Amino acid sequence: MSSPPLDVRSNFFWFFVGMRGLTSLPALILMTSFVGFSAFALESGITRDQAVFMTLAVWALPAKMILIGTMAGGAPLAACFLAVTLSSIRMMPMVASIMPDMKSEKSPTWLLLFLSHFVAITSWVFAIQHLENVPRERRTAYFGGFAITLTLVNAVIVGVCYGIVAQFPPLVSGALFMMTPVYFFASIWASARHSVVRIAFVVGATAGPAMALVDPRFDIVYAGLGGGALAYLFDRFVIRRAGRRMTPASSLEDPL
Amino acid sequence: MTDHGWWIYLVIIVAGWLATDIWRWLGVLVGNRLDEESEALHLVRAVATALVMAVTSKLVFFPTGTLADSPLWLRLGALGVGFAAFLLTGQRVIVCVVVSISLLIAGLAFL
Repeated sequence: MSSPPLDVRSNFFWFFVGMRGLTSLPALILMTSFVGFSAFALESGITRDQAVFMTLAVWALPAKMILIGTMAGGAPLAACFLAVTLSSIRMMPMVASIMPDMKSEKSPTWLLLFLSHFVAITSWVFAIQHLENVPRERRTAYFGGFAITLTLVNAVIVGVCYGIVAQFPPLVSGALFMMTPVYFFASIWASARHSVVRIAFVVGATAGPAMALVDPRFDIVYAGLGGGALAYLFDRFVIRRAGRRMTPASSLEDPL
Repeated sequence: MTDHGWWIYLVIIVAGWLATDIWRWLGVLVGNRLDEESEALHLVRAVATALVMAVTSKLVFFPTGTLADSPLWLRLGALGVGFAAFLLTGQRVIVCVVVSISLLIAGLAFL
């Protein structure tokens, strides 16, 4: 009889440990980005309630910027849907790539589906960096503690800051805007545990802007799907094969 | 105006919430079948990383707002020097952020 309550407490404990990630550098950088978003929403004619609702419903910042951009331009619903959904294709491989680390044999699919809503770039990086240090059966609680709280806190930030900061001085808004990409460059590189991630990092970072010049509508798709596949093939047939060739070669030399 | 407000919430639900969560849900269903260290997971990791970096890199090359008027060499230079400093100091993320943002602010202030 004593083990179930212990289990429950333990999940709360890990949820709380995940919540403490709110004071980490990435979470703080994201919060400054959402202060910027509240100013952007106001400028674009979105009301406070709509901006908060959008933060809870969409969560990913790039998708929200695109949604507001197409809505403000008066595009029909289908066009808004298409623009946002094309820009969000990356969610699928992002979520899929952390699932093997996040789930245990006991995690129910409904819970994983629910938690996936809170995946955006910041929580994805957080999962890659920290999940392996958490006992497997507590990883969903840990991730939920971080990602759900991060979403709620940022919704509050948007609600509170809306209208307070209508416009930053250009120097401040420029620095705030640059924080996010700079942080992603460093943290995604630092969290790479496989050679394929570093190759895909370089390919994506160069192909993204290059493809934008070729075809701005589908640039991310080309750079991501095409570039990612190329990075995988290069890693598998050049990098890892070279690594494998080194090992048998040295063991062959031993008998000689 | 109330009709207009109601319509915007519908747009947010359909073109915002559904348009993004469809992919997240598919990610769960696909990821549930992937074994750790399988070849398929390597491919999925590569595509996810390339997609995220393409989005991120475009923010530096084609920024919106005030940075849109700043020179490209300043943004790339600030990021490049910051990233080099990050690699040289044992990959500490804070080094990249502090060096890049300081250089950007200095550049914006003096140009």
